[in-house]
Amino acid sequence: MIAADLAEPDDFEAWRTNARRLIASGTPPEMVAWSDGGGTADLFADTVTPPAAPAPPREVRASRVFMDLARTAVLHSAPERLDLLYRLLWRLQDRPRLLDDAADPDVGALRRMAMQVRRDIHKMHAFVRFRSVTDEDGVERYVAWFEPDHHIERATADFFVNRFASQRWSILTPRLSLHWDGMALLEGPPGSREDAPGEDAVEDLWVSYYRSIFNPARLKVGMMVKEMPRRYWKNLPEAREIADLIAGAHKREASMIATGASLFDDAAPASLEAIAGGIAQCRRCTIGCNGTRAVMGEGASDARLMIVGEQPGDTEELENRPFVGPAGQILDSAMGEAGIDRSAAYVTNAVKHFKFAPRGKIRLHQNPTAGEIDMCRWWLDGERALVKPKVILALGASSARGLMGRTPSIGRERGQALTQGDGTVIWLTAHPSYLLRLDGEAREREHTRFAQDLAGLAQILR
Amino acid sequence: MERLAILADAAKYDASCASSGTTKRNSRDGKGLGSTTEGMGICHAYAPDGRCISLLKLLLTNHCVFDCHYCINRKSSNVRRARFTPQEVVDLTLSFYRRNYIEGLFLSSGIIKSSSHTMEQLIEVARILREEHDFRGYIHLKTIPEADPELVAQAGLWADRVSINVELPTDAGLARLAPDKNSATIEGAMGNLSSAIDDARDSQKRFTKAPRFAPAGQSTQMIVGADGASDAQIVGKASTLYDRFALRRVYYSAFSPIPEASAVLPLKRPPLMREHRLYQSDWLMRFYGFAPHEVQAAADRDGMLPLDIDPKLAWALKFRESFPVDVNRAPREALLRVPGLGTKAIDALLAARRYRTIRLEDVARLTVSVKKLRPFIVTADWRPTLLTDRADLRARLAPKAEQMELFG
Repeated sequence: MIAADLAEPDDFEAWRTNARRLIASGTPPEMVAWSDGGGTADLFADTVTPPAAPAPPREVRASRVFMDLARTAVLHSAPERLDLLYRLLWRLQDRPRLLDDAADPDVGALRRMAMQVRRDIHKMHAFVRFRSVTDEDGVERYVAWFEPDHHIERATADFFVNRFASQRWSILTPRLSLHWDGMALLEGPPGSREDAPGEDAVEDLWVSYYRSIFNPARLKVGMMVKEMPRRYWKNLPEAREIADLIAGAHKREASMIATGASLFDDAAPASLEAIAGGIAQCRRCTIGCNGTRAVMGEGASDARLMIVGEQPGDTEELENRPFVGPAGQILDSAMGEAGIDRSAAYVTNAVKHFKFAPRGKIRLHQNPTAGEIDMCRWWLDGERALVKPKVILALGASSARGLMGRTPSIGRERGQALTQGDGTVIWLTAHPSYLLRLDGEAREREHTRFAQDLAGLAQILR
Repeated sequence: MERLAILADAAKYDASCASSGTTKRNSRDGKGLGSTTEGMGICHAYAPDGRCISLLKLLLTNHCVFDCHYCINRKSSNVRRARFTPQEVVDLTLSFYRRNYIEGLFLSSGIIKSSSHTMEQLIEVARILREEHDFRGYIHLKTIPEADPELVAQAGLWADRVSINVELPTDAGLARLAPDKNSATIEGAMGNLSSAIDDARDSQKRFTKAPRFAPAGQSTQMIVGADGASDAQIVGKASTLYDRFALRRVYYSAFSPIPEASAVLPLKRPPLMREHRLYQSDWLMRFYGFAPHEVQAAADRDGMLPLDIDPKLAWALKFRESFPVDVNRAPREALLRVPGLGTKAIDALLAARRYRTIRLEDVARLTVSVKKLRPFIVTADWRPTLLTDRADLRARLAPKAEQMELFG
C-alpha cells in the first residue's frame, strides 16, 4: 500500500501531482490509500510518498472532460472521491474516451459527485446572507455565516469578489473564513455562528418582503423544499416565517370553507322553481363550479314518498333528470316488483351537481365529500319543506347524510322506519349503483336485500 | 415597511422572476456594485408557493386608472393603496442587493396620471440605479404599451429585460376583461421593442461602443383560465408570439382568485396543473422540436391538454405509429419524441451508444422511470412487442387516480 495525502481537502493540484506520479510508476488503484489531511490515512499503508517514476516513465494522459469534472468533484466531502478519481484516471489510460460512456458506473459516480458540488456552490451563491456591521474605521462591513456541505469555500470566493468588490465583506464557515477588504482576499481561521452579527435592521424588511411575495392561493411546499432544502434554513432569516406562512395558508383555506357554511343568508326558497333556478346558479362548493348542469328533482310536488339518491351521474347530467341511468333502471325494476309507483313519488338527489374525475372521454363518478353534501342540504331541505313527504327513501350513505346530517351505517339501520323530529319516516337502503358494482353471489344476495327493503317500504306506505 | 408589504403583495401576480439570459458583468474593478451570471440566474430564496425569489419584485404604486377585471389593482378594487418614490425603490434595491438577498429589481407599476408619466417614473428608478450607483445587477422593467414609444425605447437602454404582458390569449377576452387595453397597441409595442433589440444587437456587431439594449430580451405573460381560451388556442398564441417578436419567454399564470374579485370573472379557478402542462408544451416547442400544431394535436377534442398526463405522453399515445424508437439507432429528433426521455438523457445516450450497445438497464441508469419509457423504446434486450398498441396503455402510464374521501 502507498499512502497519498492531500494537505487540504480541496487541493486539486496536490491530487493531480500525486496521481501523475502514481500512474507514471504504474501503481494500480488497489495499491493506493488516499487521504485528505483529516488524519484518516490507512494504518496499513506505508507512510511514504509515492515512488518516483521508473525510467522510462509511463506517459500520463487525461481527457479535458475528466480534468474539468475532477477539479469539481475533488471538492466533494465524501472521502472515497479520491479513490474514485484515481481509479478513473487509471482506466482512462487504456480507454481515452471512457468519460463519454455515461452508462459506466464509475463515470456516473463522478458526474453525480461533480453535480452535487456544483449544486452546493450554486446554493452558497444563493443562500449566503450578509448582515451589516461597522468596522473600527467607521466603514461598513457585510458579514455572513454559512455552512456548506462540501469543501467549496475557496471555490465560491470568486463569485463574491466579482459581485461585491466595492464593499467590505467576510464569510465565516466552520472550516475557514474569507475576508475581502476592498483590495485583496484574505483567509482566516474557522469561524463560528457567534462571530457573525446577530441582527440587521434591513433583515426585517426582507422578511416582510418574503411574507408578502408569497401567494397563499398556491401552496407548493414540496417544490420549495426541493430547491431550498431544510438544512439551509437555519441560516436564512426568511425561513423562520415558513411554518407561519404555511399554517396561515391552511387557515385561509379553512376559513373559506367555514364562510361557505354561511353562504346561504337569504330566506328559504319559496317554490320548487326557485330551487331549480337556485341550484343552476349555485357555486358555493367546488362541485357547483365544475361546469356541469345541476339536476333538479322531479315528480309530484305533493308526493307522499320522496326518493333521495346521492348525486346525478353521467346519464342524469346529460338528460337533466334524476335516476335515469343504469342505477335508475335497477331502482325502477325493484320498485315495480315491490309494487311502488315511482311516478307518484318525488325523486331527487342529496347533491345537485355531478362530481366526477375526467378519464379520457369518460367522466368517472366521484363521491361527494361530507362538506359538499352538507352544503347542498340547503336545497334538499328546501325540497322537503315544499313537498312535505310522509316517507323518504334514502338510497346510500350520502343521501342519508343529506337528510339526517349524520352518516349512518347502512348495514345496521337499513330496512327500518327512522322517524324524524318532524314526523317524517326515513327508510334507508343501499344505493342501487352499489348493486351494479357487485358480481355473482354477492350481487344476488344484495339484490335480495334491496328487494326486501323496498318490500318493507311498500308495507309502511300502505 | 407597510408600503413594502402592500406593493410587494400587489406584484406577486406577475409570474416571472427570472434573472437569466443577460450579458455577463461584474464589479471586480472595485467600482459600482453587482454582477450578473451568464446563462442561468440565481434564486436566492423560495416561497412556500414553490416559486423562486430572485428579484425584488415591486410595484412603484398600486394606484391604477385602468379597470382590468382580473387585476387586483384595478380602479374599482377596494385594496389599500400605496406608493414609493423612485429614490425609495433604489435604496431598498441596493440594501437588499448588498446583503445578497436578490439578483436585482423587477419593477412594474399601476398606471397613475397617464401611461407616459408612469413609464417616466419607472425609467427614473432604473436610471438612478445605473447612472448614480453604477448598479451592475439585473433590472427587469415592465413597460407600459400605451406609453410614448420613445420612453419604451429608453427603458431598454437601462434594463436587462423588458416585458409587456399580452394578458389574455384572445382578443375577445382582452376586450371583455381589460376594457382599457387593446391587443393592437400591445403587439405594436412588442414589435417596436423587438426591432429595437435587433437593431442594438446588429449595431453592436459593428461598433463595440454601441449602447446595449435589453440584452436579456423581452418576455410576456398570459393569464390562463380567466377567459374561455382553450389550451390549443393558448399554445397557438404563444408560438405566434415567439415567432413574431423573438420573445425569450412566455409566462403562463393560472388565474388565481384574488381578493376583491370582479363579478365578470369565473369563480372557478383553473387547476394549477393546467399552468404546468402549458409550460411543458412550451418546452416541447422550444427544446424538443415539436411544431405548434403537433402540441395542439396532443390536446383532447375540446382543445384542452390532459391534466393527468404530460403533453408529450399524450402526443405519444395518440401517435403510436411513431413508436417504438430504437435507442441504439434512432436519430436525436426521434429520441426527443419519447415520453420520459429528457434532452440530457438523450445526449448521454447518444454519447454512450458510440461505445456500447444500450441495454434497458443503461437507460434505467440515465432516466427517472424506465417503466414509463418501456412501451416506447427498443433496446438490445428489450422490445415492447404488444405493449405499445395496448388500448389500456394510457391507464397503465397515468398516475393512479386518487379516490376522493367519502366523508372528508
